[in-house]
Amino acid sequence: MSQPYVNTSPQVSDEVRKTTCYMCACRCGINVHLKEGRVSYIEGNRDHPINKGVLCAKGASGIMQVTAPSRLRTPLRRVGPRGSGAFEPISWEDALQTAVDWLRPLRDEAPEKLAFFTGRDQSQSFTGWWAQAFGTPNYAAHGGFCSVNMAAAGIYTLGGAFWEFGAPDWERSKLFVLFGVAEDHDSNPIKIGIGKMKARGARVIGVNPIRTGYNAVADDWIGITPGTDGLFILSLIHCLLEAGKVDLDYLARYTNAAYLINETEGPDKGLFVRNAEAQPFVIDRRTGAPAPWEAKGVQPDLGAKWQGHRTVFQHMAARYLAPDYAPEAVAARCGVPALRIRQLAAELADVAFNQAIEIAQPWVDFRGDAHASMIGRPVSFHAMRGISAHSNGFQTARALHLLQILLGAVETPGSWRMKPPYPKPMEAHPTPHFIAVPGKPLTGPHLGYVRGPEQLALKPDGSPARIDKAFSWENPFSAHGLMHMVIPNAVAGDPYRIDTLFLYMANMAWNSSMNTAQVMQMLTAQEPDGSYTIPRIIYSDAYASEMVAYADLILPDTTYLERHDCISMLDRPVSEPDAAGDAIRWPVVEPDRNVRGFQSVLLDLGARLGLPGMVAEDGSPKFRDYADYIVSHQRRPGVGPLMGFRGNGDGEGRGAPNPDQMARYIENGGFFQAHVPEEALFFKPWNAAYQDWAVKVGLFDSPQPYLFNIWSEPMRRFQLAAEGHGAVQPPDHLRERLKLAMDPLPIWYPTFGDAAEPFGFEVHALTQRPMDMYHSWGSQNAWLRQIRGHNPLFVPTKLWRKHGFSEGDWARVTSPSGQITVPVVHMAALNEHTVWTWNAIGKRKGAWALSQDAPESTRGFLLNHLISELLPAKGDGMRYSNSDPVTGQAAWFDLRVRLERAEPPAQAESLPAFGTLAMEGLR
Amino acid sequence: MNPASSVIIFTVLSGMGLGYLALLATAHDYTGAAAFWHWAFAYALATIGLAASAFHLGNPQRAWRAFTQWRSSWLSREAWGAVLTLLAFAPLALSDWLGLGLPRGFGWVGAVLAMATVIATGMIYAQIRAVPRWHHWSVPLLYLAYALAGGCLLAGFRMPAILALVGVAGAVLLHWRVGDGAFARARSSLGSATGLGALGQVEIFEPAHTAGSYLLREMIYVVGRRHVKRLRVIALGVGVALPILALLVVPGVGGFGLAIILYLLGAFAQRWLFFAEAEHVVGLYYGRR
Amino acid sequence: MTCLPQKTDKALGLVIDLDTCVGCQACVTACKGWNDQGYGVPLSDQNPYGSEPSGTFLNRVHSYQVMPEAAAPMIVNFPRSCLHCADAPCVTVCPTGASYKRAEDGIVLVNEDACIGCGLCAWACPYGAREMDAAAGVMKKCTLCVDRIYNENLPEEDREPACVRTCPTGARHFGDLADPASAVSQLVAARGGYDLMPEQATRPTNKYLPPRKKDRPDQASLLAPLLDIKATGLAGWLDRVLGKLP
Repeated sequence: MSQPYVNTSPQVSDEVRKTTCYMCACRCGINVHLKEGRVSYIEGNRDHPINKGVLCAKGASGIMQVTAPSRLRTPLRRVGPRGSGAFEPISWEDALQTAVDWLRPLRDEAPEKLAFFTGRDQSQSFTGWWAQAFGTPNYAAHGGFCSVNMAAAGIYTLGGAFWEFGAPDWERSKLFVLFGVAEDHDSNPIKIGIGKMKARGARVIGVNPIRTGYNAVADDWIGITPGTDGLFILSLIHCLLEAGKVDLDYLARYTNAAYLINETEGPDKGLFVRNAEAQPFVIDRRTGAPAPWEAKGVQPDLGAKWQGHRTVFQHMAARYLAPDYAPEAVAARCGVPALRIRQLAAELADVAFNQAIEIAQPWVDFRGDAHASMIGRPVSFHAMRGISAHSNGFQTARALHLLQILLGAVETPGSWRMKPPYPKPMEAHPTPHFIAVPGKPLTGPHLGYVRGPEQLALKPDGSPARIDKAFSWENPFSAHGLMHMVIPNAVAGDPYRIDTLFLYMANMAWNSSMNTAQVMQMLTAQEPDGSYTIPRIIYSDAYASEMVAYADLILPDTTYLERHDCISMLDRPVSEPDAAGDAIRWPVVEPDRNVRGFQSVLLDLGARLGLPGMVAEDGSPKFRDYADYIVSHQRRPGVGPLMGFRGNGDGEGRGAPNPDQMARYIENGGFFQAHVPEEALFFKPWNAAYQDWAVKVGLFDSPQPYLFNIWSEPMRRFQLAAEGHGAVQPPDHLRERLKLAMDPLPIWYPTFGDAAEPFGFEVHALTQRPMDMYHSWGSQNAWLRQIRGHNPLFVPTKLWRKHGFSEGDWARVTSPSGQITVPVVHMAALNEHTVWTWNAIGKRKGAWALSQDAPESTRGFLLNHLISELLPAKGDGMRYSNSDPVTGQAAWFDLRVRLERAEPPAQAESLPAFGTLAMEGLR
Repeated sequence: MNPASSVIIFTVLSGMGLGYLALLATAHDYTGAAAFWHWAFAYALATIGLAASAFHLGNPQRAWRAFTQWRSSWLSREAWGAVLTLLAFAPLALSDWLGLGLPRGFGWVGAVLAMATVIATGMIYAQIRAVPRWHHWSVPLLYLAYALAGGCLLAGFRMPAILALVGVAGAVLLHWRVGDGAFARARSSLGSATGLGALGQVEIFEPAHTAGSYLLREMIYVVGRRHVKRLRVIALGVGVALPILALLVVPGVGGFGLAIILYLLGAFAQRWLFFAEAEHVVGLYYGRR
Repeated sequence: MTCLPQKTDKALGLVIDLDTCVGCQACVTACKGWNDQGYGVPLSDQNPYGSEPSGTFLNRVHSYQVMPEAAAPMIVNFPRSCLHCADAPCVTVCPTGASYKRAEDGIVLVNEDACIGCGLCAWACPYGAREMDAAAGVMKKCTLCVDRIYNENLPEEDREPACVRTCPTGARHFGDLADPASAVSQLVAARGGYDLMPEQATRPTNKYLPPRKKDRPDQASLLAPLLDIKATGLAGWLDRVLGKLP
């Protein structure tokens, strides 16, 4: 009998359209296959710089995001009480007019009464520009509860950050160390990179309390105790300094290690010693005399002592050589044996210095000094939320950057490299703009980097100007705002009340809030007259998330396959270390319902409100839609949202708007890349060829070489203020905290969460985001929810035995602010003081178009119920937010709990359980 | 393995029916209406049993295709066996009913085919190495013993029935004895299933999926130890000891009627256990057997 | 066709690197996505948004914890799909000939037009590689993307299984394991690739590469302090450190 005939060459699809994924912040290129006008299959785009053809579980099941029954159909107006989920469908005209009626009086009288915050927004340079035009100081995206420690520490130290803004030199690195990595940003590039390193037999070391994902494949795992990474890193630094294993040439040339620190008592103590031109300077080893830091041929002397002032290098050495940082002194606290710390230090030094690599590529630095080749330190690091989401996260991230710097392992071959538009020094970023004037736009962007107390966003009376208290004494470097504080502050009227809360893609009524249960109460809080304390809530989302139920007006968004977007050099592009890159989305299918891309709606609203920049001279809308804005808008002359195909089509980075630009992007596979020249690929902050190229492609308007900041002068300025110097003074209750947290050299202090330990909360509790889920989105995807439809609490062996757990058991988990009862599962490869679960699997009943008895709503749970956005009261009557004192980053991972074995709750449903959202009128 | 009712009914009734057919052909010589009813009943039993197996199919309309692979497939052989058996008995059945006087020796052809069919049924399971409890010659023996005992009971042969029931007891005990250690003897473990056993003790961390699946429903059926004990007592006590007692104590047709009912209860219990207790090695991947 | 071919010209299969798989599940949904619209009937889902969803998948990724005697516990992510065995028991049990092993490349396929959905092949497979589709009542399994690997409508570089094409870490390799010179065969030789459940005597084509030895920090000697800082003070240390500069 013969084999059956198999058609091995079927027609795959009618057409392939290339656009950009939206299943996480990775933003991979995708090929969307269409059959008869419908999406039939999605795969990675091989030409795309981010994913090179591969695609993750979320991206590869993107088709289910389009067919999900949770998709909103039409604009909605709330008809029932807020939080019930009862709506009536309305027309777009009605919806837009309603929004205008609410917003116009605010703009005319008190623009700050609008708080506009965005969540999984990939158009922040646009939404920020809109809010700026409206004139409210109250705008930010979700970075404050996500990433700001890492971002700010990176910018203030290196002029670039981890997250997706830099990458290990995957081709050359010989040792890769990951700290607390979450697998949702830059995820495919990191997976590709780890795969490459593994294929080469290079070593990967994971420092993480939990050994899953990247840490599971790491050759070595250091199961550190949460919140102690900073101490661990400073101990590594101790070992390296003790042995003299630091890159002295690198430190002298490329960092402020040779700057002199003013040691005269008074208002300048701890600031850099400056010359007559108010410039810091160095002592030249050739002459022993002061010399400009950027002078040609200068050899900065790390050991200089000048008029009693010593160099940053000496201050640094004095601090970290102290026995407090010896491995033996920190081992117990970190949960890592001292020998292991010493071994890692030895390994780092061995790879950096004994296995150095050299690329035969001559280059010239910003001083004009020529180098015959590029010497590389093939040690790379990456870190993310695990070290970022602690109240000591900013300083911990600074410590890690210091470790990189000491090894000469930033921007050198084989080490960690930045992606354009980074490197970009703090000085090249704006300062915050926050003064609201009725009827006027803000004078500049909301978010920025303060240099000193004068730039804080404070009102004349010293109270915070922003609803989230960003850039206030409580968190001076809150460069991404504090989205997690908006609702609590607005309800408390601290610092003031608002009228309209306008949210985009931010599930604040559920997994995006700390303290979820109370936030739901805040959203429905009423005044004595029966009005809502937050009078109006406008929300835009594509899906029936929990937040939808708490809004008064819903502006339904499209899915990612039905919209225009730009992944822009103006906010978070898709660059790689070797090339600047940006990308678009375009409607590869048309929406089959009455929904509109949010950015186009925002432009429509802006035109109706007459916002500057959004109306033509005759008062008509300036932009047809978001696609028109993307192509026509100019941020600076010749520089717009997209860098490719400008002017006549040849313009790279600079050039007049090109009406064909969108078509050219589509033709090019949805993205554009401008390649960094060979001689500019490394040492970018100091490489003259890179600086020239960056100006040419419009990243800067003039070269911006700079030195890495081992010593942070802006931080010292805040310490000085706390010590009583300067005109702008902090409130007294914050002085001690500022003196501690704003140390100009990286330090470690216990997280604020650790204060709960003496009260019996001895266990750390963490969440991780699974690689196959993006926030809460995955659960509406029928494929992904089969993989992970509910989540247990993972318990380490020691605690498992201590509490006598066995398979199928439940635990009551109590924190200082809440309690949950959840199923437990044993995990051996876990720090013995730590429990954890997957993030955002638990769903509110009725949300996301899942049946009410969906496992996500019955067994699934959120750890958020145990976290508070405020720290426990200290008795001084002050409300301290549960955030990093430097940046305001939400300290999710400070959480402390205690465990006890519990009887399974009724119907084996996890607790707390909340009522079912009706979600009427949504279908 | 999932104890699907269609398969339990199929194996119990077809075995009993085929056993009865074999005895009708070789040890009885009913005539006329009596012959019609006996043959019809035996045919009905075997056919209902065989038909029940079709309820287990995803696409029963293609069942004819099951006849094509007799060279390699026991299921195909069983299908052939069943059809040939039913055909082979037909002339004798007609002869008995209509008094055509066909030689009784004709019946032996059908009887051998019937027993071969029962063995083929057993071999469907016994061939499966992935279910160690089944992967043994005692399984076809077990099926044969049940078929013979069922046949003897229906045929009304008191002593042979008692002996066959003792045979069932022996086969069942052998099946349990062999089966209880079979999984361990098969040397399949999570260590061998993943190849990670050499590194250390292997345990489940997370399941591949929290949702249900065909594999979990079909292959991984966890039955409690106490439940097994109770059912084993029923299988042997109700299915063997009590029928023997009934045959010894209750005279006449009543004894047989009682014994048949008890036998069926026991056979269903045994057959349910046959599936429910059978652990597929794929369960290793899920930490469940 | 349920007799196995004596020998196949090629032995196409996968090599899965357990040292590199991070358990991201990308291969699971890429497989589902391709095969939902590719060879045979779609991979249906039952109760997809309800309390007990269930669907057909041809590839699933497990996660195991391994506790070595003298090292830190490990997590190993473990993709599981059809191994395209040389002695495929799923083929010989099939009563209809729907299940067969291709003589030219060794791929084990189900001819769905001939499948009666008896499920016996799934029973015979030790690896759980076959799942009956609840909507169509036919057996589904990995086809090694037979409609991709020879597909002349796809660019040459895309003629590999969807799971391999999408795997972000490159933990999945596709090739001819009958050819000792092929990249996959060499990988298996170099890394000690092994069979799953060899005691089941199925002679799988797919091989798994074991995790490399972990948690054995380099024996590199610890860093020696430059000098006794307590004795010399910071100044002594500084002289010694900076004395190293040219």
